[in-house]
Amino acid sequence: MRPALAAPLIAATGPAGGADLVAARTQMALSLGWHIIVACLGVGMPALLLFTEWRGLRRGDDDYLRLARRWAKAVAVLFAVGAVSGTILSFEMGLLWPGLMGAYGQVIGLPFALEGIAFFLEAIFIGIYLYAWDRLSPRAHLLSGVPVMVAGVASAFFVVSANAWMNQPRGFVLQGGRVTHVSPWAAMFNPATPPQTIHMIVAVFMVSGFATASVYAVALLRGRRDRYHRLGFLVPFTVAGALAPVQILVGDYAARFLARYQPTKLAAMEGLTRTGPHAPLSVGGIFVDGRLRHAFEIPNGLSLLVGYSPDTVVQGLDRTPPADRPPVTPVHLCFDAMVGIGVLLLLLAAWLAFSWWRRREIPHSRLFLWPAAASGVLAAVAVEAGWVVTEVGRQPWVVYGRLRTADAVNPAPHLWAGLLLLVAVYTVLTVSTVYVLRLMARARPVAAPQERETA
Amino acid sequence: MEAAQVLLGVMWAGLTLYALLGGADFGGGLWDLLAGGSRAGLPQRRLVEHSIGPVWEANHVWLIFVLVVLWTGFPPVFAAVMSTLYIPLTLAAFGIIGRGAAFAFRKSSTELWQQRLFGAAFALSSVLTPFFLGTVAGAVASGRVPPGLARGSLVGAWVNPTSMLGGVLAVAVCACLAAVYLCDDAVRSRLPGMAEVFRRRALAAAAVTGVVALGGIGVLRADAPRLFTGLTHRALPLVLASAVLGVASIALLWLRRYLLVRGTAALAVAAVMWGWPVAQYPLMLPPAVSFRQAAAEPAVITAVLAVAGAGALLVLPSIAWLLAVQHRLPFERGGPG
Repeated sequence: MRPALAAPLIAATGPAGGADLVAARTQMALSLGWHIIVACLGVGMPALLLFTEWRGLRRGDDDYLRLARRWAKAVAVLFAVGAVSGTILSFEMGLLWPGLMGAYGQVIGLPFALEGIAFFLEAIFIGIYLYAWDRLSPRAHLLSGVPVMVAGVASAFFVVSANAWMNQPRGFVLQGGRVTHVSPWAAMFNPATPPQTIHMIVAVFMVSGFATASVYAVALLRGRRDRYHRLGFLVPFTVAGALAPVQILVGDYAARFLARYQPTKLAAMEGLTRTGPHAPLSVGGIFVDGRLRHAFEIPNGLSLLVGYSPDTVVQGLDRTPPADRPPVTPVHLCFDAMVGIGVLLLLLAAWLAFSWWRRREIPHSRLFLWPAAASGVLAAVAVEAGWVVTEVGRQPWVVYGRLRTADAVNPAPHLWAGLLLLVAVYTVLTVSTVYVLRLMARARPVAAPQERETA
Repeated sequence: MEAAQVLLGVMWAGLTLYALLGGADFGGGLWDLLAGGSRAGLPQRRLVEHSIGPVWEANHVWLIFVLVVLWTGFPPVFAAVMSTLYIPLTLAAFGIIGRGAAFAFRKSSTELWQQRLFGAAFALSSVLTPFFLGTVAGAVASGRVPPGLARGSLVGAWVNPTSMLGGVLAVAVCACLAAVYLCDDAVRSRLPGMAEVFRRRALAAAAVTGVVALGGIGVLRADAPRLFTGLTHRALPLVLASAVLGVASIALLWLRRYLLVRGTAALAVAAVMWGWPVAQYPLMLPPAVSFRQAAAEPAVITAVLAVAGAGALLVLPSIAWLLAVQHRLPFERGGPG
């Protein structure tokens, strides 16, 4: 890139008006937050679907096959809304954050290009999988779904690695305000990529598993305890439940990563003001006047988690200039919400495991089934909370330590008008998606393939 | 040939495929809109659904591919276009949501009123999306997008004669391609009556497109003289090829050679699509920014080209399989629902 063009982009035109910056951030948060849930289902559900279809085919089990057909219909809708809500995001990268893309687009473009290829394969094979169900041999059909699953996980990896770069920008040199010596591979495989991508991919399967199981937990609560509904609950709940303890370990790894690489974010997550040993683990509370108040504190907890010793020194917010600190209360409370839900989901999984070990059945108790019915929503809330932690916890930077969010935003006026429109469009989209999915959940189980019966 | 040039060509090939494949899907929505009452229009709507159902998502990815290549390979151009033209691009983005989501919802709903509601949203956004994308093309081509962030006129950049021409031409081209493809699809689905319906529409759409294109010459001459000069000089062979192929398409439609006209119509559109960059080469943002000034570092361009090449090896055979599967799918008659 020639300096004449690059320099004004990095220097930007100065921060945009406050209202427009807030509008742009809100718009991005809403559209990302919406897409994340649908994308989780679109990436995770094909795996559940393929497993069920495989079991059904191998054992000639009609209940499994009926479940697979049913889930395929939901995947068709979720994939479509996931595809379009994802496209909006690539528009918004430029519409809202041209300062980021103009300066650093070449640095983080590679994972997006790879994601584009993966998404291509997903879209192509989902077309084949859904529409050619009865035109292919059962084996070929099952195989046509494999690229959907693999490419889905791959796109999650690529997209999250781009986000990881925003937390740990690597692979370029800033010389006199312009980006040079770009190494796209180093940017993609930055230090934050392993913890973030693993955490998110595990989350994808937890959200998909719990959300699918939730639907059947409601059916179980309503007394439909036939094998079809029991399997519809058990298969996805087992997958998600088995991942719950894994996710807690991965989360621990991600937090210890932050202690080393992004200590300010960890300090905000824990509301830790002062740097030092014997850092407590704080639960709840609000951050006022530079201090976390009304929190429940576990003495030495954070020091123990970070370095396995109460003497471990944990960096607090005091090492970061006030202008470079993220807002603490939302980051801290969202972190607590995520961890709290994770623990609750783990307990539910343990309950099911115990019941299965002793009696080979799903617990009858409403104390189990009610939270199980809510587990899908809870898992989704945990994912949203986790993204608030990572995104708000990075503020005021869009590229950590390099570019402030206020300098990346589109300087054009009236961005709030776009936000208002987006709120209207997404409200309609949400209502319609939920409505259509509910229609599907209520319809009688059917054996006809996706293409035929809706024709 | 330098790497940035190759990447520019790859990006433009992607945009051409988006116009030829994705454009026809949008055109299908336009014919859905004009199909008439829910009972009378049902067979046409079902044919539209049959031909775009399995492929629209894959076709849509070409747009994402183009966006990603643009922001990776030519980041200042991406930033300038997106920030100055944020109004039409936001509207196009909403159109994309409306089209895709409503299409999937309509397929999954059973009641007539639901299908009508989602169908209307699908059809309307199928028209608005290419229109707004066309205005964006007009804005860039007429030199109304300066470099930098939101430096152009936020309204005037896309509300002007060239942009309006771009928008109308985009919708007309989409309608034309869709009608042509649907003729062939109707024959394949053994619906000769339907093929006649879409033949009439394809002829009408081709005539309209021709008139718009001819009238466009005058518009460009007055409003975008630089582009006009490029089109009448360096890009003249492509413009003429497009005109000849357009006339040939009308003749082939007249003779009901639907498979052939698929090819000539697509080539006519491709010729126009390539005429534009040839006319303004090497500028990306006329009048001043050339692709070399905007290009990313060589390491980035090489990496993206490598990914695109490896990706093509995976994606192109897969697309061929998808299209083969789609062409073999039986057309389902039957009532609504």
